[in-house]
Amino acid sequence: MSFNIENYFSDLSAGNTILYYKGNVDSDVINHVLDTVEDKMVAVNEQSKLRKKVYNVLVESLQNLYHHVDKVPDDFEDQTAERFGLLVVKKVNDGYRIITGNFVHAENIERLEEKIKRINRSSHEEIRELYKFILNHQRISAKGGGGLGLVDIARKTGNKLEYTIKVYNKNYSFFYLDILVNEEM
Amino acid sequence: MEPIIIEGTAKTPTVKFDSTEGVFEIKGRSIPENSVEFYKPLVDWLDTYKESPLTKTVVNIRLEYFNTSSSKCILDVFKKLEAIHKAKNEVEVNWYYEEDDEDMLEAGEDYESIIRVPFKMIEIIE
Repeated sequence: MSFNIENYFSDLSAGNTILYYKGNVDSDVINHVLDTVEDKMVAVNEQSKLRKKVYNVLVESLQNLYHHVDKVPDDFEDQTAERFGLLVVKKVNDGYRIITGNFVHAENIERLEEKIKRINRSSHEEIRELYKFILNHQRISAKGGGGLGLVDIARKTGNKLEYTIKVYNKNYSFFYLDILVNEEM
Repeated sequence: MEPIIIEGTAKTPTVKFDSTEGVFEIKGRSIPENSVEFYKPLVDWLDTYKESPLTKTVVNIRLEYFNTSSSKCILDVFKKLEAIHKAKNEVEVNWYYEEDDEDMLEAGEDYESIIRVPFKMIEIIE
């Protein structure tokens, strides 16, 4: 293994972490994460506008993992997870950070990165138009994704999609997506 | 036609489609992983309904959350309504959003710009 995904991740998760998960991302896990984070936000009286944005972004980022993760590499420690993902939710000054991590097959990396770069160089209005275009023209894929998750995250947060790609071996990279959802956009 | 009455869950909305009433409703949360599975029966039902619709059909959409995969299915629902409207029947969509929820208002406006059916944006004041 060329790097340790967890060491990298524990750096990311330092600070005020309200949820940490590593393992298979199935429907029950998604339900549990959504309930937990929602309850915690309600418990601290988070204003409803921010709460809704965090909830929406969390749904999309988890379902992105659910629909799109590639199979784990053969030498990876956890072979049981059909859809292996990492998730950290952190409270920060004016909002929340949602960080996800997953393996991406080498042949899919370029397309993913291109997609993110395209979103990141678009204005809010362009992102809205892109969303409407994909909504109206692209069918739901065989994997069940609508191709709208990242666009929706960028649109709802108003922030750039921060990401890191670490090469795991010649066939795989590990992709971290770091999303800031904060109060005023 | 048999009505569709579905109780809402944490991930799927409450649905009431009754061809004797002419007021249809989708309400609650729509965030399932597999939204096609949930919406296909609704789209199929509307496909049958459009053969002999009431002269006026009102559709109330009152969603708290919906995910992007539901957004495509909701568009499919609206496309059926558009076909009913195009066949010279009255169709109206009431799109509800909570007062601080600009994202939900924008989502309604997106559909309004794609679908040729009259939309009414209705703010829910708590």
